[in-house]
Amino acid sequence: MIPGIDGFMYPNEVELQWSVLIVLYPYITGLVAGAFILASLERVFRVDAVRPTYRLALLTALAFLLVAPLPLQLHLGHPERSFEMYLTPHRSSAMAMFGFVYLWYLTVVLLLEIWLEYRVEIVELAQSTTGTKRLIYRVLTLGSYNISPEARRIDDKVGYAVTVIGIPSAFLLHGYVGFIFGSVKANPWWSTPLMPVVFLFSAMVSGIAAVMVLYTVSMKLRRTPIDMRCLDTIARYLFYTFVIDFTLEMLDLIHRTYESDESFRSLDFMVHTRLWFSHVILQIGLGTLVPLALLAANQLWKFTEGTRKAMYMTAGGLTLVGIFAMRWNVVIGGQLFSKSFLGYTSYKMDLVSREGLIPAILLMLLPFAIFWVLLKLLPPWQGGKAHEA
Amino acid sequence: MDISRRDIFQVGGKLLVLASVGATLEQITGAAPPSDAYRMADHWWGMIVDIDKCIGCGNCVRGCSKENNVPEGYFRTWVERYQIEEGKPPHVESPKGAIDGFPPLARTDLKSFFVPKLCNHCADSPCVQVCPVGATFVSPDGVVMVDDNYCLGCRYCVQACPYGCRYLKPETNTVDKCTLCYHRITKGLTTACCENCPTGARLLVDFKNPKDPVHEILRTHKVQVLKPYMATRAKVYYENLDGEVR
Repeated sequence: MIPGIDGFMYPNEVELQWSVLIVLYPYITGLVAGAFILASLERVFRVDAVRPTYRLALLTALAFLLVAPLPLQLHLGHPERSFEMYLTPHRSSAMAMFGFVYLWYLTVVLLLEIWLEYRVEIVELAQSTTGTKRLIYRVLTLGSYNISPEARRIDDKVGYAVTVIGIPSAFLLHGYVGFIFGSVKANPWWSTPLMPVVFLFSAMVSGIAAVMVLYTVSMKLRRTPIDMRCLDTIARYLFYTFVIDFTLEMLDLIHRTYESDESFRSLDFMVHTRLWFSHVILQIGLGTLVPLALLAANQLWKFTEGTRKAMYMTAGGLTLVGIFAMRWNVVIGGQLFSKSFLGYTSYKMDLVSREGLIPAILLMLLPFAIFWVLLKLLPPWQGGKAHEA
Repeated sequence: MDISRRDIFQVGGKLLVLASVGATLEQITGAAPPSDAYRMADHWWGMIVDIDKCIGCGNCVRGCSKENNVPEGYFRTWVERYQIEEGKPPHVESPKGAIDGFPPLARTDLKSFFVPKLCNHCADSPCVQVCPVGATFVSPDGVVMVDDNYCLGCRYCVQACPYGCRYLKPETNTVDKCTLCYHRITKGLTTACCENCPTGARLLVDFKNPKDPVHEILRTHKVQVLKPYMATRAKVYYENLDGEVR
């Protein structure tokens, strides 16, 4: 009897192949896609109330996007060969497309939109600062110093077009991550056409929640009053998206339960035992029902500003925990049962190994460090002007 | 030197006996006739496993492990023992992949049988489909293999294999699996597992060889592949496979 194993596993299945780092991968890309979609609310859908978070959302997306490939890179048996995915991609592989989807999103969408959004300030800073800072801003101008009203109008138009392209791109980025899992027919826990859609909506939920929390925290740290109209609007959109996300997840659950195919008994057992805490308590209970109740209460009743802030922060924080739990349950949960449906294994996370807890924590802290640098480099606070294009 | 009619009959008879022994050996071991110029296009390899012939001795696992330097704790082939009690889920075990065989049964009144497992060398392999760089591939002669010098070690193929046949080799950090003893079969030998099986439960077959016994077996026996609903076009066929086997 092998410790941690119940029933029968195929002998090569005992060891889990995808660790906590692969949990971080969809979590981080989800935050990117969600934050970007929140930014596009203001730009494309003219939701003016969320304007104060527009730049913050873009910088959040960039900070997380820069870290997104790192967990994958650390996980590979041969990280030095990862470049082969660009040079000789295998066209039938869902994973092979990651590099291209990532590069498209990073360069064509996010960097371009941020550059256009900040171009005027970059040019001004390139002329007003000195020393290293001046050099950095001069590089960031990319040699373009024309900030005439005509040039700004063009920037705005192009920025609008980029955001319009960016919305389906954000959908592609995270829907694609869902497809990586959803297309594995050998694994019934993953294999569902709903997976990309569920991933997409959960991404939007996590990204919106992250920007809401970051906005509140940064305003507190800067001792600046929070724009409650903005916060209420974000909370409302978080609620709407969350309702869709939760509905889709419940649809998946009901469908599986009603259909009860060969794998159901095995998956059901897993949810009631090994995944009970992370799935039922964390993901569904604390991570979904509680924030949904808090957000719904705000749609029904009027609370004081202080209470609302506390409720939103609690809801946002719990949402982020819940979506992380969802990613955990997909990635780790999908490997805890045997493909023979006759047994279960356990996941023992190392502490300091390459795929252990410490690297995972560091990888989760890294986007915040990048975010801090970005805030210093490209302060998002002045951008109060609504877009005209 | 005079050659009498008697001499001709004697030599001819000996040759006939030798030829028939050769043919029988070929049938038993499944070995393809040795060939100096191996042409991949002339072969399409697979295997027939007869469940009723397997005695669970583990010789195949030991033979494979030794032949291919399989790291301890990982398996290119393994044997499972099923015990089935009416109305209950089957009890399945494969202690250390059955490299040391199996302990005696606690109960002898139940339906019990052994199932040797290995890569199914699927013609439509999910593992090949998902590999991001094409490091895992189906050779022109139908063997699914991994290029050690190209594999990223991402393990997407391990997730995609419905049969649990793949693992990450610790020494190379690349994915490893059964190669159907490619280094042997291309020299006209059979696989290590087939060679070491004392009962002939495993038979290496070449679907492109019109004289291969596989054609007679497929024509006259009831055979099945594992998890047919996965539609992988597996090339390891099982005779006498129980419906409970996964």
